[in-house]
Amino acid sequence: MSVGTSLPHDSAALHVTGRARYVDDLPVPADTLHLAFGISTIAHGEITSMDLSAVRAAPGVVAVLTAEDLPFANDVSPSAHDEPMLSTGTVHFVGQPIFLVVAESHLQARKAARLGQISYKERPALLTVDQALAANSRFEDGPVIWSKGDAAAAIAKAPRVIEGTFDMGGQEHFYLEGQIALSVPNEGGVTVHCSSQHPTEIQHKVAEAIGTHMNAVRVEMRRMGGGFGGKESQGNALACSTAIVARMTGRAAKMRYDRDDDMVITGKRHDFRIHYRAGVTDEGRILGIEFLQLARCGWSMDLSLPVADRAMLHSDNAYNLENIRIESHRLKTNTQSATAYRGFGGPQGMIGIERAMDHIAHVLGRDPVAVRKANYYNDMGDGSQTTPYHMPVEDFILGALTERLEASADYQARKKAVADWNAKNDVLKKGIALTPVKFGISFTLTHYNQAGALVHVYQDGSIHLNHGGTEMGQGLNRKVAQVVAAGFGVDPGAVQITATDTGKVPNTSATAASSGADLNGMAAKAATDTIRERMAEFLAREHQAEPAAVRFEGGRVKIGGEDMAFEEAAKRCYQGRVSLSSTGFYATPKITWDRKAGRGRPFYYFAYGASVTEVVVDTLTGENRILRTDILHDAGNSLNPALDIGQVEGAYVQGAGWLTTEELVWDDKGRLKTHAPSTYKIPACSDRPRIFNVALWDGPNREETIYRSKAVGEPPFMHGISAFSALADACAACGPHWPDLQAPATAEAVLAAVKRARGTV
Amino acid sequence: MSDIAFLLNGTPVRVAGESPTRTLLDYLREVRGLKGTKEGCNEGDCGACTVMVTDESGSRALNSCILFLPQLHGKAVRTVEGMSGPDGAMHPVQEAMVDHHGSQCGFCTPGFVVSMAVAHKEGATDHDDRLAGNLCRCTGYAPIIRAAEAAEPAPVPAWMTEDLRPVAGGKAPFAPATSDELAAWYLAHPDATLIAGATDVGLWVTKMLMDLPDVAFLHACKDLQGIEKNGATIRIGAGVTIQRLRSALAASHPSFAELLRRFASEQVRGAATIGGNIANGSPIGDAPPALIAMGAKLHLRKGDTRREIALEDFFLDYRKQDRAKGEFVEAVTIPAKVPDLACYKLSKRFDQDISAVCGCFNVTLRSGRVESARIAFGGMAGIPKRAAHVEAALTGQPWTEETVRAALPAFARDFTPMTDMRASADYRLESAQNMLLRYFHERSGTATSVLEVVA
Repeated sequence: MSVGTSLPHDSAALHVTGRARYVDDLPVPADTLHLAFGISTIAHGEITSMDLSAVRAAPGVVAVLTAEDLPFANDVSPSAHDEPMLSTGTVHFVGQPIFLVVAESHLQARKAARLGQISYKERPALLTVDQALAANSRFEDGPVIWSKGDAAAAIAKAPRVIEGTFDMGGQEHFYLEGQIALSVPNEGGVTVHCSSQHPTEIQHKVAEAIGTHMNAVRVEMRRMGGGFGGKESQGNALACSTAIVARMTGRAAKMRYDRDDDMVITGKRHDFRIHYRAGVTDEGRILGIEFLQLARCGWSMDLSLPVADRAMLHSDNAYNLENIRIESHRLKTNTQSATAYRGFGGPQGMIGIERAMDHIAHVLGRDPVAVRKANYYNDMGDGSQTTPYHMPVEDFILGALTERLEASADYQARKKAVADWNAKNDVLKKGIALTPVKFGISFTLTHYNQAGALVHVYQDGSIHLNHGGTEMGQGLNRKVAQVVAAGFGVDPGAVQITATDTGKVPNTSATAASSGADLNGMAAKAATDTIRERMAEFLAREHQAEPAAVRFEGGRVKIGGEDMAFEEAAKRCYQGRVSLSSTGFYATPKITWDRKAGRGRPFYYFAYGASVTEVVVDTLTGENRILRTDILHDAGNSLNPALDIGQVEGAYVQGAGWLTTEELVWDDKGRLKTHAPSTYKIPACSDRPRIFNVALWDGPNREETIYRSKAVGEPPFMHGISAFSALADACAACGPHWPDLQAPATAEAVLAAVKRARGTV
Repeated sequence: MSDIAFLLNGTPVRVAGESPTRTLLDYLREVRGLKGTKEGCNEGDCGACTVMVTDESGSRALNSCILFLPQLHGKAVRTVEGMSGPDGAMHPVQEAMVDHHGSQCGFCTPGFVVSMAVAHKEGATDHDDRLAGNLCRCTGYAPIIRAAEAAEPAPVPAWMTEDLRPVAGGKAPFAPATSDELAAWYLAHPDATLIAGATDVGLWVTKMLMDLPDVAFLHACKDLQGIEKNGATIRIGAGVTIQRLRSALAASHPSFAELLRRFASEQVRGAATIGGNIANGSPIGDAPPALIAMGAKLHLRKGDTRREIALEDFFLDYRKQDRAKGEFVEAVTIPAKVPDLACYKLSKRFDQDISAVCGCFNVTLRSGRVESARIAFGGMAGIPKRAAHVEAALTGQPWTEETVRAALPAFARDFTPMTDMRASADYRLESAQNMLLRYFHERSGTATSVLEVVA
């Protein structure tokens, strides 16, 4: 059985030998054109004049386009049609594309793009949530408010009230392969090769940009060099630009952002401010809680509404909150348009309640794990316990999971050892924390919860697999191939994985929301089942047996006494005029969601996990180190444990990076000052935990997902919260006061928290 | 125009007619069709473009995005395509990366493979340091380290050691062979750009998109690459790479060597030179504060005229140095022993980052009193600068915590740091003060380094 086996990534051998092809590696016609954007240097204002003569005169420049030169739609928004590809006269952030240079080489395009002379009438820029709130600059008419019970009344009656404000930074995706697209013109339209999590969206936007229907645009996507949400919508501008130029000139056109351009132009994770006010018992049980969430969305809507929704949807995390009110403001600012990033708002919402838990435990002087457990939902509840959005929580496992992790990580003994160590060390202090994760699986945009696949069995028995998901490193193609191989009872090596192609499987959803294997695995299984059933029916008829008696296993097909190779079976079916090709389709069951009311079942199920992190901080400088991390994560019946553990390890380090060294800094003119890896610091090799124990929970998914597995892309990202909590714990060891550590916990932020703990601010 | 000869994956190549600032990365991808080497950042900070460069001094992992073609003349280059054998056999690190699930999206992987293969060739097992210059966003590094460890015992494949035969033909362009030749040439071309490792000038080309019409490459000046011990001092040629300096001083100057361990990354240390780090004049270069704290002397040369100055006197103002047109850094001299030296680098990330504050302390005691104090900082002013008032506040005083605390206000007289994306002014000042406390605690035997703590 290929499912559940730890096979390597399907491209592993290609990766390590340099033969894996990314878009920039594809052979291109010799006369391919190269594009670059000229971008805004101010955060907000009107363009009063534009002199592009030097750009046009620069070596190698073939054409320079402005908004007026665009033949059809000038819109690359995935949502509200509020994002022109090229500015139409107003600029909304530093980095907004204004003109498009078409040149003979990439370097010539980059050089020419800097020669534009643009004058502006500057307007005041809204850069912060405070400024946006004061100006009532927002998406939607007002805040979104969801509630359950009566939070204000519960808080009023509670023995203790604890409140605080928590600022958390955004996050640059820093996919190693920057944004890129290549368009090759054909008679009626264009073929686009791009690095995108959402080929169908690219197809849709390109069709609008070149004035055709979607059927004239074919998008092919073999692999991305990382995505993390940053290639869900942010590649639209490159794809549309290249397609427009390809149609205009009849030549292939390629566009690749230089790293600095990529960081300046594209959106990042939303930074948030969360205010919490909780009424609690003396034991730390929350009786009522209110959250105010301020999301800095940037200049265009992009995906900010569902991101902010998901933050609200995770403000309970693992806790049964009877009385809760969540108020969410989606603030429009003159900064990059914040976009999808692994977790999609979930991490921001979740850390709000985790922060409140730590605060409550600190005020009450109780173990933070005990406070958390006192508020947990009950394991496998009967449906009477519901989330703040009134969805029954029926698959909860964190009680048992936490207990097992506490034992395997030796949490209680180490908590004491940390306290003992701290008593003996003045300059350095350790901290330890355990935090849980409960993450909802499904797109909250319900119609995205569908997928298609296309499977062919050729007459020689080889199998061709195509599906709507995209490969960004997560091993999706491997997992889906394992599903197909299991269906035919053959070795996974017999299944040829192919590039995502809108001409093969149409109307795909973004590979996002951790849903790739859930959706595409089921669709591929449906296609596989269809073909196998046809084969079984034919072979059974030949043998005067029941179709159910035909076995596909070990690369063989067995009926009664006969035992033939799968190849032979395929050949016989072909000769018997059986269709050996099928599409497959899947739509997630059970989900319903009213986002206005904040009611329904937005998620098919929840994925769970918990982690323990131990850290040390230097109280003189705030420098800090993760020393050990233990994670127990729920991937259901894992389709491929090695790939799932790889997701957990990578997500943890990325999550910890978000909350520690990864600091985005804008100056007071709205210029992003951290626009390259020299200044924006993702974790490096030595930042991973010295001791890093990752294990998978061994229970199946309660719901009927693909082989009872669970989605794994995003949920483990939030284990990074335990690193942050541990740092806060270390700061709290420095003095009696609440350290109020803010994120990202750079050395500077940690030192500030140490001083607050000591009361020496 | 250039006529450069080097070995590329074992095959001799000649390059003519390319600009002297054509990067190896662009040449590999655009001319040679070797697409395995990736562009991740084009500034030497991510390592996706790492290649192996071999010459008579050995093999190094270098960033091809900020390596200019003339720097390769007479050397051998292996890309990820050349890590596998001629018959396609995988290198042991490649096999281990597959077996240990060390790749996810795969884009950083070729760079990792090359860095790992170079380390493997040298028998190095300090994987965290060897791979600090390779960023991976997917894996969290754990499986990559498992792969590196698993490959340790495997023998070095034959093809990895076959690059030492000399490359015939060509002429090293723009590259004087001696410092005399350089001195004469620079006198005649005083506005030219001197390029040693190109780890900074590379960015002028790839990021600032500058055309550099007049350049000279210094890598062929062997007489600038010596490390000589003369009694109580060590003279370090300007062309000595940070990598060589680190290993040469590991035993004698352990704290400085530890600072150099955190100097950029393996790929940058293998190219960058001590002379470049000084002459560049950056206020946040890591070597100058340490060298100043040691009392280093700088040797400058213009034509046939030489002079020697205290290193701290070289730095006049932000990006302004005491260097005449046509004058260049020839060497720096440091004491052979600096037992009291401690160097502290504070940055957002421990490895491969630029200092927010770099503080270097050299306080000598006699009978419990401060006999002399040399304290220098990077990141606290427009230049690397001594903390003269702090030094004065300490000198002659008993070496106690009270003395140290009493000296802390003097920092504000020495420094008015700025706020930028790396740190705020207040934090810079406070952490600089606290570094003096750390120095005191460390000398008193108190644990002060988070890098030395285990769970």
